[in-house]
Amino acid sequence: MKTEVAVIGGGPAGLAAAVAARDAGVEDILIIERDNELGGILNQCVHNGFGLHTFKEELTGPEYAGRYIDMVNERKIPYLLKTMVVDISRDKVITVMNREKGLFTIEADAIILAMGCRERSRGALNIPGYRPAGIYSAGTAQRYVNMEGRMPGKEIVILGSGDIGLIMARRMTLEGAKVKVVAELMPYSGGLKRNIVQCLDDFGIPLKLSHTVVDIKGTDRVEGVTIAQVDEKLKPIPGTEEFYSCDTLLLSCGLIPENELSSQAGVALSSVTGGPVVDESLETDIDGIFACGNVLHVHDLVDFVSQEASIAGEKAAEYVKGALAPSGKKISLQGVGGVRYTVPAEIDPERMADKQVVRFRVGKVFKNVKVVTTAGDQVLSSSKKRVMAPGEMEQVVIRKDKLIAAGPVEKIVIAVEDNQTEAKAADKEA
Amino acid sequence: MYDIIVIGAGVTGSAVARELSRYKYNVLVLEKCSDVGEGTSKANSGIVHAGFDNEPGSVMAKMNVEGNAMMEQLSKDLDFEFKRNGSLVLCFDKNDEHKLNDLLERGKKNGVPGLEILTGSQVRVLEPKVSDKVTAALYAPTGGIVCPFGLTEALAENAADNGVQFKLNTAVKNIVRKEDCYEVTAENCGKQVNLTAKIVINCAGVYADSFHNMVSSNKMTIIPRKGEYCLMDKKVGNTVSHTIFQLPTEYGKGVLVTPTVHGNLLTGPTATDIEDKEGVNTTADGMNELLTKAKLSVPDLPVRQVITSFSGLRAHRPEHDFVIGQPEDAPGFIDVAGMESPGLSSAPAVGKYVAELTGEIMPAEEKEDFIATRKGVPSMANATNEERQKLIESDPSFANVICRCETVTEGEILNSIHRTLGARTLDAVKRRTRAGMGRCQSGFCNPRVVEILARELGVDEGEITKKGHGSEFISGYDKEDL
Repeated sequence: MKTEVAVIGGGPAGLAAAVAARDAGVEDILIIERDNELGGILNQCVHNGFGLHTFKEELTGPEYAGRYIDMVNERKIPYLLKTMVVDISRDKVITVMNREKGLFTIEADAIILAMGCRERSRGALNIPGYRPAGIYSAGTAQRYVNMEGRMPGKEIVILGSGDIGLIMARRMTLEGAKVKVVAELMPYSGGLKRNIVQCLDDFGIPLKLSHTVVDIKGTDRVEGVTIAQVDEKLKPIPGTEEFYSCDTLLLSCGLIPENELSSQAGVALSSVTGGPVVDESLETDIDGIFACGNVLHVHDLVDFVSQEASIAGEKAAEYVKGALAPSGKKISLQGVGGVRYTVPAEIDPERMADKQVVRFRVGKVFKNVKVVTTAGDQVLSSSKKRVMAPGEMEQVVIRKDKLIAAGPVEKIVIAVEDNQTEAKAADKEA
Repeated sequence: MYDIIVIGAGVTGSAVARELSRYKYNVLVLEKCSDVGEGTSKANSGIVHAGFDNEPGSVMAKMNVEGNAMMEQLSKDLDFEFKRNGSLVLCFDKNDEHKLNDLLERGKKNGVPGLEILTGSQVRVLEPKVSDKVTAALYAPTGGIVCPFGLTEALAENAADNGVQFKLNTAVKNIVRKEDCYEVTAENCGKQVNLTAKIVINCAGVYADSFHNMVSSNKMTIIPRKGEYCLMDKKVGNTVSHTIFQLPTEYGKGVLVTPTVHGNLLTGPTATDIEDKEGVNTTADGMNELLTKAKLSVPDLPVRQVITSFSGLRAHRPEHDFVIGQPEDAPGFIDVAGMESPGLSSAPAVGKYVAELTGEIMPAEEKEDFIATRKGVPSMANATNEERQKLIESDPSFANVICRCETVTEGEILNSIHRTLGARTLDAVKRRTRAGMGRCQSGFCNPRVVEILARELGVDEGEITKKGHGSEFISGYDKEDL
């Protein structure tokens, strides 16, 4: 079997990428999805708040997915369901299997990686204690409650204030469970501000920052957990332990891009994001393999996933039509002063858009700062930020004309700077 | 009346049951857990020790070397994963090198073949990631790694295929010696079960002392000695290729770093004597200690790749040797006790030896129709593409991937449920197929495996447990409590 563009994953990223590739003129596209239906994890996100950017209205997860599934169907883009990709080779041969056709290969001209992410598990967090039933990642609980109609527990403690954990605090409460507390290791939440207000504050659920679970009790089913405060080094402080009886511990402690297939293909991965290292075209270090969505880096909003995936789709279309110039000398992007990573990680000035969006996250909470982008001596952009937090993805826009005006440079630096510095410097000069 | 009741379906009980099943005995195995191998047998290093560090002349020394020698053929007969990867004992101090020689001499006395002392640089050629501080090491080519669940299941299933009965969820409460038999009182799901047998074989792990003490006035003590472990992702499974032990250092008894037969990297165990025989919790101190010690061997140990941690309880006797035989005051009662390390390595030899003992007490003929082999659950992950295609042709459910991390299909899960001593719990499916053993630790496949188990067993999903009664996953329906 052959195809021009193969899209691995039929979640929001894969759907948007396929739609964009078709709209850019690619006839032969194939979406490969392992689940029973398209839509990915959105299918279990029954809460609203999706689509404010994309559709200018508030949709639920399944509704948002539905819009894109409709677009795929309108365009008659073929897809395989219940089909697992078991291998991707460097020369873009995809090995898949499903019940109908068994094991077979698909040769693709271009591949768009859109496999999404997984949740960090209890084991990866090294939480001590027993290993009873009743410890779930928030997403697993979400599936039970929203898709199976079953309650995974009645008395809940949540560790981690990632968005899924916050959403599930509200969801479990609405379904009749008692959510006793949300504990967060860091001194700030990992989730969106709006979710803390709407999911915790509105229901009187306490959020304990700088706290973690130090013990899990119960040999068969969870009987309770011990929570303790942590110091600046994130080590539990003796004497601060507090026992909460509960039958369930939900974990919402971060998402990890699922790049096992990318690794098999030999795609270079970032040690910070866990996702592929991509350039301005969202192309990985292997020609013709692109990445978008949560497999690339974990997003807060699906709207941004769709935007990013559209670009990957367009670029893959250019690639198969021979319209994407081979990449030349690339300028690397460097985050400093708290900028943990950037996507893309490098820019080919020849191939970049007139206005190139660069997304990034910061490593701690910043107040009253500015984000300054420089190339050599040239300031490309500078914007003030009242608050920046690790839980919210940020972006800067680099204008192609300004970058070219900066002359040949090795790197572009994106930095968080004290907002007062400029004022002080100006004072000095005066 | 049974000829023989075996208490405990861990690796020792299962090995004993399998050897007994060669003969025309009427055998019953009683197990308090919901699955075979659910105690110490599931939570250990998975090592087949070469046998150099046992006290020469001890039962341990004999059983270990014999068990090691039997393991390879057994793994072929019963289709479980075993690999002779060789082991190294690292020495970090020139002044300690005589201890390696002592081990070498001991090993020779125990009949361990192929032992050799290597220099530090020779070690680093074999294992480039070991510490620069290593001055020398003892190399044991016969050391190996085994799937501890796979071994136990294989032995138990083969025993069952040969007519041994297994009663799971059945805890022995009392044993009384009568004139020509033993009366065994057990409890199964709250109901009392009264049984009798001519011979009782005590393979009860950390509880072996309680049963021994019911029939003998010569009291036995078993101390649960906890060992904590951290398991790392398959992507770092090739950090080392041999099993790396340490000579004891100023930090105390060492820990090992080893690849597992499944391709993960494992480090552990700590050693803490505790009182609670169900105390299988991990501790922050324990995990810190073991990762610190493991870094002495492999300084760049990829600790951020830990996917799970667990602990197991060694059935430690203060005398530190296996006890295999009848107490003087309880003929017909056979202790197989104190089965701490190298208990897993020794199990095949222990099984054989116990069957010989039983034959002396109550001779029996060999069965003509003994089934010597058994096939394990197929593995799509380990299969070649041709083998995969064949499996899918035989049953399309082998194309339906349920556990993404370990590539475990519905076909494998169905096989694990519908086989001899089939899986009834999520953990039992996990141990037989590896569904949920991977890096996401069943985040994705938990609801799917619960659904399959419920469907296949014809029960409600709410009844499906992690590891038996009381460990149900689902506590009700949405909005039930509103």
